[in-house]
Amino acid sequence: MDLYYIQGILMLAGINLMSVLGLSLLTGFTGMFSFGHAGFMAIGGYTSAMMTVNYGWPFIPALLMGALTAALMSALIGKLTLNLKGDYFCIATLGFGEAIRLVLDNVQYFGGARGWPGIPNYTNFTNVLIINIIAIIILANIIRSRHGRNMIAVREEELASQIVGINVFKYKLISLMISAAYAGVAGGLMAHYMTFLQPKMFSLVKSTELTIIVIFGGLGSISGSVLGALVLTSLPEILRSFSNWRLVIYGLSVIIIMISRPEGLMGGYELTPSSMKKLFTRMRSKKGDLPKGMEGGNTL
Amino acid sequence: MNILEMKNLTKCFGGLTAVGNVDFGVPKGIISGLIGPNGAGKTTIFNLITGVYKVTDGKILFKDNDITNKEPYLISGQGITRTFQNIRLFKKLTVYENVLIACHSNGNYNLLESVLRLPRCRKQEKQLKQKADDLLEIMGLKDRKDLIANNLPYGLQRRLEIARALALNPELLLLDEPAAGMNPDETAQLMTLISDIRPKFDLSVLIIDHHMDLVMGICEKIMVLNFGCKLAEGTPQDIQNNPKVIEAYLGVEG
Repeated sequence: MDLYYIQGILMLAGINLMSVLGLSLLTGFTGMFSFGHAGFMAIGGYTSAMMTVNYGWPFIPALLMGALTAALMSALIGKLTLNLKGDYFCIATLGFGEAIRLVLDNVQYFGGARGWPGIPNYTNFTNVLIINIIAIIILANIIRSRHGRNMIAVREEELASQIVGINVFKYKLISLMISAAYAGVAGGLMAHYMTFLQPKMFSLVKSTELTIIVIFGGLGSISGSVLGALVLTSLPEILRSFSNWRLVIYGLSVIIIMISRPEGLMGGYELTPSSMKKLFTRMRSKKGDLPKGMEGGNTL
Repeated sequence: MNILEMKNLTKCFGGLTAVGNVDFGVPKGIISGLIGPNGAGKTTIFNLITGVYKVTDGKILFKDNDITNKEPYLISGQGITRTFQNIRLFKKLTVYENVLIACHSNGNYNLLESVLRLPRCRKQEKQLKQKADDLLEIMGLKDRKDLIANNLPYGLQRRLEIARALALNPELLLLDEPAAGMNPDETAQLMTLISDIRPKFDLSVLIIDHHMDLVMGICEKIMVLNFGCKLAEGTPQDIQNNPKVIEAYLGVEG
């Protein structure tokens, strides 16, 4: 367990976290499930790799280009599918994610199914950390604003949101585009960390993993997503000595959390200085029970 | 002067005409009522006005602008807002958050400004929060602002829904059975509340309700609907003495 190894795991967690943050906005705050986010990661990854390898762009502009492409692609998909309700939207995204993977499998320009080696190794611990911190700040600022509150309103009750003058379609689309942009950045980070891209990396399994992390961490909580990404990315590594059993234990721990805490680790709570203070004063006054009014009260 | 004008309004669900050829004007600055037996099409009319249902035929004019078949969020942006028969609050959010969300149209800072938290965003956020606080104060919900909306007593949930509607600075407020499920005491309180907020917020109000004491007590103009058609229209006295209305409600004398 040297420092290099731990750093590697943290970087993986950070890359996962980046796309989980985006998905958290879509699923946790706007109430739409997506099983196609690996597709947006793939778009971001391949675009930014193309920029650095074929056009010699620097890293950060290439990442932003990847994010932009993913967002534009999501806008196209969103225009077509966002009017679908609940499960139907979910299935549409599933189809989209798989379609992207199969298209990439067959595009020889990107190496097809054999993969694309030789991408420069630009991703390092520092830039993953900085990008994640910026991403968290941006997300928190959006959620604290009227735009974020409108997204929460859409999650809670669509008809009532329309009646209070919220353009439900527009906010769903904004949420989808931001989350796709985040996934695009994550894909770019991953491409320049692995120095290799293969369509198989962005399969349905990846999409489900992201959704599991969001739900495991708690819907409607940014700190929950951070915690979820850290725990669930490092868990398979910590359990590596159990060899084949590790994925069973991974699955079991997810099931146990879901049974004992259906709202996820941090569901509805946010770890901010003010909420820590509240927790601290409550512990000092030794009141075991949570006051009822606090449930979900920190999402805004 | 009518603030809202329905012209020949018709709504069909398949072969069933839920609302047929209704002409009605809602006068500006007073409280009007819409009554009728169950299934008469009262709530359907509300759904047509607010754009939840698409109109089959006819026109709806609000302040002389055609708002027929517009998207609900655009209609509410023009100044029409409503409450629901089966309360539709943001149940899992707090009382304060419910009102604060509805205040959103009082601010106009864009997404980029909120990402960077520019001064305009901060200033407007402060104003929105102030407005939400003021509204809760007026509606007597201030001491419960941190409660989850779903945990409020029924009467207060109705009150919160009205508070949320007022956050949009409406000119026309549609109340769909605001007194449903309330005891006489609560109904009386609600009557005072509605008569109080009408001048305070410079509203025109249209109420659907089955409590005749409430409707007859505060409405200055009433329309009676039966099987989707207009049966009568006039002052409470006219309606009470109208033989057709009595027939619809009580049947013919045998």
